[in-house]
Amino acid sequence: MLRLEGLRAGYGPVTVLQDVSLEVNAGEVVTIVGGNGAGKTTTLRAICGLIKPQGGRITVDGRDTSRLAPPEIVDLGITMIPEGRQLFPFMTVRENLMLGGFKPAARARIPERLEEVLTLFPRVRERMTQLAGSLSGGEQQMVAIARGMMANPRLLMFDEPSLGLAPLIVKQVFQIIDTVVASGTTVLIVEQNIVHTLQIATRGYVLENGRVAMSGPGPELLRDPHVKRAYLGV
Amino acid sequence: MDILIQLIANGVLLGGVFALISIGLTLIFGIVRVVNFAHGELLMVGLYATWLLSAKLGIHPYLAAVPLAIAFFFLGALMQRAIIQPLMNADPHIQIFATVGIGTALANGALMIFSADLRSVDVPWARQATDLFGLASVSRGNLVAFAVSGIATTGLILFLRRTHLGRAIRAVAQNRYAAPLMGIDVNRIYAITFGIGAGCVGLAAAVLAPLYPAFPTVGSFFVLTAFVVVVLGGMGSLEGAVIGALIIGLVESLAGYYVAPDLKEVVYFLIFLGILIVRPAGLFGVRGAE
Ligand SMILES: Nc1ncnc2c1ncn2[C@@H]1O[C@H](COP(=O)(O)OP(=O)(O)OP(=O)(O)O)[C@@H](O)[C@H]1O
Ligand SMILES: [Mg+2]
Repeated sequence: MLRLEGLRAGYGPVTVLQDVSLEVNAGEVVTIVGGNGAGKTTTLRAICGLIKPQGGRITVDGRDTSRLAPPEIVDLGITMIPEGRQLFPFMTVRENLMLGGFKPAARARIPERLEEVLTLFPRVRERMTQLAGSLSGGEQQMVAIARGMMANPRLLMFDEPSLGLAPLIVKQVFQIIDTVVASGTTVLIVEQNIVHTLQIATRGYVLENGRVAMSGPGPELLRDPHVKRAYLGV
Repeated sequence: MDILIQLIANGVLLGGVFALISIGLTLIFGIVRVVNFAHGELLMVGLYATWLLSAKLGIHPYLAAVPLAIAFFFLGALMQRAIIQPLMNADPHIQIFATVGIGTALANGALMIFSADLRSVDVPWARQATDLFGLASVSRGNLVAFAVSGIATTGLILFLRRTHLGRAIRAVAQNRYAAPLMGIDVNRIYAITFGIGAGCVGLAAAVLAPLYPAFPTVGSFFVLTAFVVVVLGGMGSLEGAVIGALIIGLVESLAGYYVAPDLKEVVYFLIFLGILIVRPAGLFGVRGAE
């Protein structure tokens, strides 16, 4: 479905991603592992069209999407749940969710989709009329995920969904992700908490200094001595 | 008739006029984060356009209101696309130069084409006075302007709250990074917002033409008040701008009578400063809350 070939990208004159190649096929759960500043977020931003590649190719179903703007990527069925939640703070939770279904294809089905999504998030349902900015961190993350799902994407990308959350909430977030995966949505996930994501990942990529240093089935990477040493501290 | 009630009626109606001019400016500032210093000159162009339509083609100003609003929508959107968009990531000073430059060019263009003479649209019906419940007497033209202002501001607030496009416009103001991830074309929203702001001015020009003559610098006559209203209301809050406009209208009317006509601006600037000392973000201001 999604393929990056020799992607080079960065900010202005700075190149962060030197050479990133990876692929995500329909129905897979793919994860990107890497230390702080390795370029994980940058990779997701390039896929979304938020930054333009300096070189290499990004293709979706064989079509080059390197030059497309973010709304066009959303129209192709690719949605990112950004790092740090990034809600619309002075709008209600309901308005945030409706914006998740802004693209024309999703707009027609907002009421049904809202119902489907809210069954996964009972806590969010209780907060529908509250301003998003006044929610707790865990609630905000739930809204951010629910908002992303409102677009009914084929590929849902998570950037650090468990960042800054209490262990109990982290568990809930991973349960939600498992549900998303079980529903057949393809998932590309970036997570510090690599034990859980590598266990469920069809394939993982280890990103170091803007390059893919290693890749393989998730559970296999989890047993790899280098991964263990560098990312699990054992 | 009680003079106080008459003054209040005049003040509220004047406030309505200010509101209609200020909401466009507020919207553009709140969403696009650009101060449109050419706003007053757009009003001037609108007043001349209404005068031309009326004097040369015999079209009644009120009939011209909606077509003019639509034409100004496209004019505003075009102005954003051609001049403001390339400067969106530039230094705010450069944006100020650009909009001041547009304003100056328009004012001087008008001076060249129309000279400095006053051009009035004569609508006798609008000049006639009408009785407000036996309490005050106001001109019909003023009542029409007030009603149009009320409808336009209410409509705009409902549009922003209730429609997909309106929500998208607010989303861009609240989180420019996340909005494109929802599939919102941010640059298109900027152009539409500029268009709506200019459209309000086109509408204002048509209903104000029977009350105020057109001349090249008429824009600055209104726009200073509009800026006061925008800041008073809380930089980007439409509701705040409406309340701010009514306050300024009332102050002008009351101070013009009880203090001195020449001092009314002094009085409202004092109130303006007073409110900003108590509420630095303006009456309804919460940063980014529009
Ligand atoms: N907007 C930006 N402008 C300039 N440089 C940036 C920008 N965003 C990120 N960078 C730089 O790009 C590099 C990679 O950042 P990126 O956010 O992709 O890392 P990451 O792998 O997501 O890290 P983390 O785990 O901390 O989220 C870093 O060195 C960072 O400083
Ligand atoms: Mg990151």
